Amino acid sequence: MAKIWAIAQRELKAYFVSPVAYVVAALFMLVSGYLFSLILYHTREASLRGLFANLNVVFLIVAPALTMRLLAEERQRGTIEMLMTSPVSDRDIVLGKYLSCLMYLAFLMLLTAIYPITLAWLGKPDWMTILTGYLGIYLLGASFMAVGLLTSSWTNNQVIAAVATFAISLLIWLLPSAGAIVGQPLGQVFEYLSLLQHQENLLRGVIDSSDVIYYLSFIVGSLFLTIRSVEVYRWR
Amino acid sequence: MIAIENLSKRYADRTVVRDVTFDVKQGEILGFLGPNGAGKSTTMKMLTGYLTPTAGRVEVGGFDMAKDPIKAKSLIGYLPENPPVYPEMTVRDYLAFAAKLRGVPGREVKAAVDEVIARCILGEVPNKLIAHLSKGFQQRVGIAQALVHKPKVIILDEPTNGLDPKQIIQIRELIKGLAQDHTVILSTHILPEVQVTCSRVLIINQGTVVAEGKPEELEGKLRGGLRIELEARAPEGEIATQLQDMPGVSNLLVTPKSEGLVRVSLDVPSGNDLRERIAAEVVGRGWGLLELKSVGLSLEEIFLKLTTADAATPSSPSEEPEVLTHG
Repeated sequence: MAKIWAIAQRELKAYFVSPVAYVVAALFMLVSGYLFSLILYHTREASLRGLFANLNVVFLIVAPALTMRLLAEERQRGTIEMLMTSPVSDRDIVLGKYLSCLMYLAFLMLLTAIYPITLAWLGKPDWMTILTGYLGIYLLGASFMAVGLLTSSWTNNQVIAAVATFAISLLIWLLPSAGAIVGQPLGQVFEYLSLLQHQENLLRGVIDSSDVIYYLSFIVGSLFLTIRSVEVYRWR
Repeated sequence: MIAIENLSKRYADRTVVRDVTFDVKQGEILGFLGPNGAGKSTTMKMLTGYLTPTAGRVEVGGFDMAKDPIKAKSLIGYLPENPPVYPEMTVRDYLAFAAKLRGVPGREVKAAVDEVIARCILGEVPNKLIAHLSKGFQQRVGIAQALVHKPKVIILDEPTNGLDPKQIIQIRELIKGLAQDHTVILSTHILPEVQVTCSRVLIINQGTVVAEGKPEELEGKLRGGLRIELEARAPEGEIATQLQDMPGVSNLLVTPKSEGLVRVSLDVPSGNDLRERIAAEVVGRGWGLLELKSVGLSLEEIFLKLTTADAATPSSPSEEPEVLTHG
């Protein structure tokens, strides 16, 4: 556990030493603030539902930018050799990296606290819905990042990792549209597998355990594949 | 401390390491010598658990690398071919990270880092970003991360790579100092390095071990004997006749020098060290003996013989044929 933490800490520091963390956070706030104001102006509702729905798209772009370097850069620099010859399991390496993503994502969420605070000042928002909404976008962001970590383990080229994350996330997101074409019962399966589908209840203020389980399984599955992919390095 | 058995690494189209077997004892400094691309780095990567061997076994401190990787790795400090440094970190942060990764308890990390900074002569730069350091300093930071947790086994892949001559001497001294309580394996393609630092040498070429032994031993073994050199104040012709008559002497060469001095070099078979007899002979005749020593073939010569195919023509009849067939 101490070693997972050491890896996560190092990773998080690396984000904040480079301009990446700040640039991503600043642009994220710019875009989300713009969306927030627009939506508030048009709906005049003390709700974040519209904003959350739009943040999904923002995460689709932010996640690859943040995760592309995680393993690809280690391999390109050769620092992966230090990690993999230290008494740390491949699982702990992957978990440490992922933990740093979760922490950065939490940092971004924290910045957006300014929006519900603004709403509370202007009206009476439904806090429960806002909290479940946060849970929803956090789980979605965390899922995108799990995909990002996985693709980063496939290549030592960061651009390829980023583009692959974007493509895979988008395809899984858009699965329901494909479901409409293939018809039932396969369409239902596609719908269940879609990352976006499981957002709806949470954004409405309803916590359905099946949605949460879906995201958690998606994340665990991606991390499992990442660990396998890291193990394969040893066979090269 | 380290046992390697029949280690091989094959890729689809080529075999990089073939059936390598050796042991390293506690406190030994083993030099891994070979031309670039001989399989040194691949062997070290398998030793440290970075690569899985296609066949064979690695055991470190009694732990099997395949079955007990975490325990085996916790005994090792490893410097890869290129120092595995994170350019955006300071030297101190980086070494602290390395220490934590190897399980140094939190409260001991700072002391461990301070110690290794002093040991690897990094005192001028502990708070600088690694990106801003010269190649020599980065290399030393790489060595420092391999030592920070005081591992029992230290594996260094070309540790003096990229250092200037003064730094090379410092690092060699450092490595020699390690031998007291560590077991060290270092690889190099620079010959004087093993002669200066190592207690045992393994010469590897095209993935196979082609020779093994103490640096002096290897020299003698390959030459099939010993070369004796002496300098004396003696008449050229007389000393030549005297020495030529001794048993087993060959390749006698007498070179006159100024003021009646002569320089003599001769070869004798191994196990027939004539130095004492020569000394007695020379002194007994009232000649002045200024110098007398035995020298082997330089490692450089052995190395070239073993690793270049066209050097396989034996220069002395006693050379071991099974060694040469690998070359």
